[in-house]
Amino acid sequence: MNLRSVVIPLVAIILALIIGALIIKLLGMDPVLAYTNLAIGAFGNIYGISNTLTQATPLIFTGLSFALARRAGLLNIGAEGQLYIGGLCSVLTGAFIHGLPMIIHLPLALLAGFVGGGFWGWIAGWLKVKFGSNEIITTVMLNYIAIYLVSYMVSGPIIEPPGDLPQSPPVLPSAQLPYLGSGTQLHLGFVLALIMAGLYCIFMWHTRKGYEARVVGFNPDAGAYAGINRNQLIYLIMFLAGGLAGLGGSGEILGIQHRLYQNFSPGYGYDGIAVALLGLNTPIGTVLAAILFGALRSGGNLMQVVAKVPLDLVYVIEALVIIFVASEYLFRRVKLPKLNFRFRRGIERSEPL
Amino acid sequence: MSLSSFIAASANFVNSDIQTAMPILLAATGLIFNERTGVVNIGVEGVMLMGALAGVAGSFLLGNVWLGVLVAIAAGGILGLIFTFFVETARADQVVVGMAFNLLGLGLTTMLNRAMFGLNTTPPRIDSFHPVSIPFLSKLPFFGTAFFTHTYLTYLAFLVIPLVSFIVFKTNIGLVLRSVGEHPRAADTVGINVVRVRYLAGMVSCMFGAVGGAYLSLSQLNFFTENMTAGRGFIALAAVVFGKWSPAGVLGAAILFGAGSALSYQLQTLNSYISSSQLLLTLPYVLTLLGLAGFVGKAVGPAASGKPYIKE
Repeated sequence: MNLRSVVIPLVAIILALIIGALIIKLLGMDPVLAYTNLAIGAFGNIYGISNTLTQATPLIFTGLSFALARRAGLLNIGAEGQLYIGGLCSVLTGAFIHGLPMIIHLPLALLAGFVGGGFWGWIAGWLKVKFGSNEIITTVMLNYIAIYLVSYMVSGPIIEPPGDLPQSPPVLPSAQLPYLGSGTQLHLGFVLALIMAGLYCIFMWHTRKGYEARVVGFNPDAGAYAGINRNQLIYLIMFLAGGLAGLGGSGEILGIQHRLYQNFSPGYGYDGIAVALLGLNTPIGTVLAAILFGALRSGGNLMQVVAKVPLDLVYVIEALVIIFVASEYLFRRVKLPKLNFRFRRGIERSEPL
Repeated sequence: MSLSSFIAASANFVNSDIQTAMPILLAATGLIFNERTGVVNIGVEGVMLMGALAGVAGSFLLGNVWLGVLVAIAAGGILGLIFTFFVETARADQVVVGMAFNLLGLGLTTMLNRAMFGLNTTPPRIDSFHPVSIPFLSKLPFFGTAFFTHTYLTYLAFLVIPLVSFIVFKTNIGLVLRSVGEHPRAADTVGINVVRVRYLAGMVSCMFGAVGGAYLSLSQLNFFTENMTAGRGFIALAAVVFGKWSPAGVLGAAILFGAGSALSYQLQTLNSYISSSQLLLTLPYVLTLLGLAGFVGKAVGPAASGKPYIKE
């Protein structure tokens, strides 16, 4: 951690909140009332805090998914679809296999989500290796295919009898993620997300494959010169990134919804991109950014009810935060000319290797 | 099925294909300008959404649908200016700013739509485009229904797209655009202002994207709904790669995608099973994937794509 990687996100958040306040003012509403309720809703009591962490959970998974691929020079816009396939595979194992003890059933359902999402990511990797297809486009196409596939599954092949509603049968109790406290929706998936952040750190900075991934991501030519098998790496990275996003879907299905529905994700996959960008693709940064976004969502509801500010302001604030973080070159030139000298080492080391 | 009813059905099919393809085609045509200069705007989805709302707002407030289109064009120009400022002047990552634009487009349009038109009310009556039959030509068998009973905006797009093709490949302007995308340093050496070219191309690109969005809200429907672009911006990005950065190729890609959508709708009406229609909806996306894998082969874009130009 160096100064720049803390100061810039903070300045970006503050600037985004100021512009958000101006927009609220322009719409003829009260920004102070809005932000007070946003904060109370997100952190005001134990319910708010647990809601914030619950909302953050899928974003940690999808954020790590984007960050992992990005470090290896791949752009995984497909976390949304991978998350849907993860949810689907978790329901297939969690709701249709009977008679297993929880100690086997729950890990099996999670593993199915990981492998399912991983397979969906792997397809994009395969298309890239075999046909040179740009992964930005293939992953977006795969998102739509996955979303419609889930809609198809829950309105036909795995619809709950007698088939009145487009939803799957419930996940068996032996495959549900237990809640972390009574009266909250915070479930074991949050802990799993933190463990995944730790594993991401170990993989990327303490294993040979992780090192190779960073070399290829930083400079593909250097990677090729060093004899790194890039194609094999693309398969592995896209599988792992897909798997992380798939676990995000498993967490939502096995931890909260306990069934598969159509359109069960409100865009967690796309939000994960923003989370990873704000967290500078680091494990800790991604977790913190996910919690910030979770807080905006959790508090946004109260803001909407009390101050009548539409929840969608949250998206505007998120977008502004991302733009300002990405424009750090401006800050470097304008805001931190003197600090530049003192922290030069830090600046150089924080380049994305 | 008799021959005449078959002709009528296929003419309707082509007609609805053109309508489905047009927003994608407009946005993708604009993206050609941008991408030819080495800038990839994956925020085009957000730009289309803002264009869709700007068009409705303009038509609603000014009372004329053409003024609505002008407002959308102006909004697109401003967005293009902002986008290029961040990716060129502030040297931010193009993918990052693009994704932020998508979020911003969704959030802002939803907020402003509710602020302007309220929630849960019937959409206000606005001036919008209606299909116009061209005299004589619209009486032709097949071609009349397929090509000559569209809205004015569609006819205008028919004219603009060949014009873009001409500009990109046959004029000096096109040469400048392409040289900036392939080798900005060389372009700079011969006296081309790389950054200015990218600003202009970025603005034109977003204007097209915004009109693509306004086509949805003023020509296909006559109101704005939240997130009404529903991924068409991403399809437009795919169409550009699919069409190998040429207007004719993009036309083919958009028509193919439109055909996939039109086909899945028509099959849905034939098929009584609700469940399998969901699967049919994946058809356009599967076609695009197969197309990327099979037809196109390795698609190689402009060489300097994705990087800001930094003068030494």
